Amino acid sequence: MTTAPALDSKQQAAVDAAQVAVQSRGYWTTVGGRIRDDKVTMVCGLVVLLIVFSAVFADLIALADPYKASMLKRLAEIGAPGYPLGADEMGRDMMTRLLYGGRLSLFMGISPIVIAFVIGGTLGLVAGFLGGRVNMAIMRVMDVFYAFPSVLLAVAISGALGAGIGNAIVSLTLVFIPPITRVTESVTTQVRSLDYVEAARASGARSLTIIRVHILSNVLGPVFIYATSLISVSIILASGLSFLGLGTEPPEPEWGLMLNTLRQSIYVNPWVAALPGVMIFFTSLSFNLLSDGLRSAMDVRL
Amino acid sequence: MLNYIIRRVLYVIPIGLGVTVLVFALVHMSPGDPLSAVVPPDAPEEMVQDLRKAYGFDKPLPVQYVTWLGRVLVGDLGVSVARGREVVEELRIAVPNTFILAAGGTLLGFTLGAILGGIAGFFQGRWIDKLATSIAITGVSVPHYWLGLVLVIVFSVEMNVLPSIGMGPGGSTAWEWDAEHMRHLVLPVITLAVIPMGLITRTVRATVAEILNQEFVQALHAKGLFQRQVLLHIVRNAAPTTLAVMGLQLGYLLGGSILVETVFQWPGTGSLLNSAIFERDLPLLQGTILVLAMFFVLLNLLVDILQSAIDPRMSRR
Repeated sequence: MTTAPALDSKQQAAVDAAQVAVQSRGYWTTVGGRIRDDKVTMVCGLVVLLIVFSAVFADLIALADPYKASMLKRLAEIGAPGYPLGADEMGRDMMTRLLYGGRLSLFMGISPIVIAFVIGGTLGLVAGFLGGRVNMAIMRVMDVFYAFPSVLLAVAISGALGAGIGNAIVSLTLVFIPPITRVTESVTTQVRSLDYVEAARASGARSLTIIRVHILSNVLGPVFIYATSLISVSIILASGLSFLGLGTEPPEPEWGLMLNTLRQSIYVNPWVAALPGVMIFFTSLSFNLLSDGLRSAMDVRL
Repeated sequence: MLNYIIRRVLYVIPIGLGVTVLVFALVHMSPGDPLSAVVPPDAPEEMVQDLRKAYGFDKPLPVQYVTWLGRVLVGDLGVSVARGREVVEELRIAVPNTFILAAGGTLLGFTLGAILGGIAGFFQGRWIDKLATSIAITGVSVPHYWLGLVLVIVFSVEMNVLPSIGMGPGGSTAWEWDAEHMRHLVLPVITLAVIPMGLITRTVRATVAEILNQEFVQALHAKGLFQRQVLLHIVRNAAPTTLAVMGLQLGYLLGGSILVETVFQWPGTGSLLNSAIFERDLPLLQGTILVLAMFFVLLNLLVDILQSAIDPRMSRR
């Protein structure tokens, strides 16, 4: 009994995927084949790669300096000569800033999930494997975090710690640890009660060996897929924190912050002001579809 | 079932205590002295010490927590540093405003989501299912604060048919059921409805598809029931899951409307949080977070109890 909501469909799918413990030898071949056949997933994978690539190599692709302001070019229209996507409220080239903006937006969105995956995964594994009091202690603490809607929790922690990239990442990590812990705990509990784990124990394997050899391999996949499904929310929330003035600080290019500073200009040049959101939207949509595709490709029951 | 309800209600106590600890810890985690916002930096050291004593900041943290908890339990959330008014008074104005927004968003999102999800579930694999699923995934992927901005650009800047900010004419902060207030409600509610719409479409679709595969549906058809009567059974079976998702969404919107409230300058709890953060108004910050979290805890409780009333299997978990 918990105050936390019952597992939602995404979480349940992660748990169900662990039920079939024995995987056939050609598993990864099958998964690869399925992904290649799934056009939507392939396209989304390419889009994600493209976004990541253009963020990483922004210095090489971009035509201008992302910090160079120009009084004359302030809020230039989309398509103005030399400014393919217009200019922002300081006259900086939008296209360049959108490219560079991906760096911080992606970093701030993805790193909380990676950290939460490691911490939440470990906590869930320990809680699920040991059961009893340890499970009680860990899961009850998670219940307290579940008592906060995620946006409120992120804003509250960020607000208390103060603005900054590091603080935003800490707060988002704390938002995503509880759901990942819950899913890992559910999956682990389920796998632990399977016959072959019992057999391993009966044949004298030690706990650590059982976790490493028998449990981890079956828990990791579903939890990984669940974690990837959180990336899109994390990117939206990370940019949202910057949008509120709680993440990145000016003049750094970051999509959420750009949306915030351009908000005052919507009566002058509305469509340039909307551009950073288009980037957030496409990134989050691609990650969502990619994660959906991965889930169905890795579903052992199909 | 009664047994379950009692246990579930009692479980609110440890969770509620946990929430107070977390909220208290949050504020004391914040860098700098809690007094730094009120006291000018050049104040004499003696005065700072006196103030610290007056506010009880010189005592050890556990003592401070217990004192604070004692006051919270009798409904005293302290005085806002920046506004000089009782935090409870501020919340009395802001909470109803946020509630109107959240309720509108949930209602719209739920209605659209139930219709889209139902259609998608019934016509699985057909083009209409694909359309509904695409709308749903767009709904959960769109950064809603940006969507709000786009709606403002289209309906306020370009077409000039709807107000872009505020809750009513002349910076009104008290809701009234008149045309002007309703006009101000349109854009924020649409913005807020998008996420629950997407989530509920997906949930309803999955639930309906699962129910359609169950044997009892075939049995109902075999028994000679009309399509409409079978539909009734399906709705009844899909209700608990959908209800749970909807209840949680209302809670998420109550606590998560800060971004939308910022876009539309809606005078609710989100705006309160926003100014509390930037004016480093710790009592206001603490009080607002606490109240919102408590609402969420109670809403969760309500959803669980309602669910167990509709579906007795729930209480045997």
